[in-house]
Amino acid sequence: MDEGEFFGLLGPNGAGKTTLINVIAGLARADSGSASVMGADVVSDYRRARRMLGVVPQELVFDPFFTVRETLRLQSGYFGIRRNDAWIDEVMQHLDLTSKADANMRALSGGMKRRVLVAQALVHKPPVIVLDEPTAGVDVELRQGLWQFVRRLNRDGHTIVLTTHYLEEAETYCNRIAMLKAGGIAALDSTRNLLQSLSGLELRLRLDGEALPQPFPAQLISQDGALFVLRLDDHRQLELALARLREAGANIMDMEVRRPDLEDVFLRLTGREK
Amino acid sequence: MTSFQTLLHKELLRFWKVSVQTVAAPVLTAALYLVVFAYALEGRVRVYDSVPYTDFLVPGLVMMSVLQNAFANSSSSLVQSKITGNIIFVLLPPITYLEFFGAYVLASVVRGVSVGLGVLLVTVWFVELRLHAPIWALAFAFLGAALLGSLGLLAGILSEKIDQMAAFQNFVIMPLTFLSGVFYSIHSLPAFWLRLSHANPFFYMIDGFRYGFFGLSDVAPAASLAVVSASLIAVSSVCLLLLKSGYKLRH
Repeated sequence: MDEGEFFGLLGPNGAGKTTLINVIAGLARADSGSASVMGADVVSDYRRARRMLGVVPQELVFDPFFTVRETLRLQSGYFGIRRNDAWIDEVMQHLDLTSKADANMRALSGGMKRRVLVAQALVHKPPVIVLDEPTAGVDVELRQGLWQFVRRLNRDGHTIVLTTHYLEEAETYCNRIAMLKAGGIAALDSTRNLLQSLSGLELRLRLDGEALPQPFPAQLISQDGALFVLRLDDHRQLELALARLREAGANIMDMEVRRPDLEDVFLRLTGREK
Repeated sequence: MTSFQTLLHKELLRFWKVSVQTVAAPVLTAALYLVVFAYALEGRVRVYDSVPYTDFLVPGLVMMSVLQNAFANSSSSLVQSKITGNIIFVLLPPITYLEFFGAYVLASVVRGVSVGLGVLLVTVWFVELRLHAPIWALAFAFLGAALLGSLGLLAGILSEKIDQMAAFQNFVIMPLTFLSGVFYSIHSLPAFWLRLSHANPFFYMIDGFRYGFFGLSDVAPAASLAVVSASLIAVSSVCLLLLKSGYKLRH
């Protein structure tokens, strides 16, 4: 991952996304190989590496003994920062937490607890921010607010590493994406290249009969009764396909044309293509 | 240094915020022991000729409270953090294993000694306490609390569930404290149990602490101090090795 990137880590459950993050964060030891954050090895130079890194964990964890402000002050102290209130106030304001500053962590809703986790990861202004499925189980409003804030941090020069199950989030925000499968990298490229690697269109057709006129000017990918999924090179080929149907007298009951998205790349690479 | 101070502060806040449960409750328990045992046994048991039974009992109860609460503090804090997952808040920052160890153990010492002082303040009205050599009493209180704080940290590192911790507490800590001579002098025991008691490090902590009050003990206080110090070095070394390796904390 390069400095200043908005980097996406995608992969099915158990692919090793969180394990990779845990190795970077020092929560797990790698069996082999090494990792470093801004040039600091996560094992031999762990103190510097951890100062560079802010991690928003996947699990919604909190310490029920403390209020939001106490939690953030303690977290600052763990990173060796005293009197961090100005920055804490700023972070809370951006995350819409100011009104909850003196509320006990126990009393917060799930979404609010998630915001506190984000704030905790930012108390020491880390140049690298890792978000492990930050929007899992989070309502739309918070999701949008969160992305706005993360994007701003990225624009301000922070490197962002994101894991997510929501492919459209990765598609929208990430410049570069690594797809993991069974602990290995299945693909690593810019989001644009990955999407371009799947050229063409997908045509879904429901006809009144269970057979396509032969020969048919498009590649059949799958058929389920009268439902056909076809791959087209471009819109010109769509035109040809429709003309062929008309000519054969077939009636179209339902039709959908789709550009491939990351999900298709993902499914192709993880070998579960429909 | 700030990391260490903050972690210590957090550990102190953690028990202080629920001090009714962590300080007041054990003080009440110790006071109840004193009332019941003193009523049942005063005049029937004579340990040292010059010391009435109730007087004899008080330092033992104080020290027992110090030890149990020092253990409870580090062990429950760590195991709760592991179970709830908020342990990552202290694993992600650049806190060294020495700072981690120091903060947890020192907070345990503060809790243990606070409860011990509380017990002393409550029970001192029932007895006429002598203070033969307070330095000895203090030395045993602090070293004993540190030993049990480390032992609690060790138990917290090893336990992954509350019931494992409870087993450690009920099958190791409780028998060792109860069979340490808090309620009797081990010299009144049959030979086998007497020998066994000498293998119990808790016995030396209680006996040495009591020496600070009465100037009387079953074992020379210097010998007890040596046993307690050696135990502290052994347990804290194991703790530090495990913390350094990240055993059961960093997978």
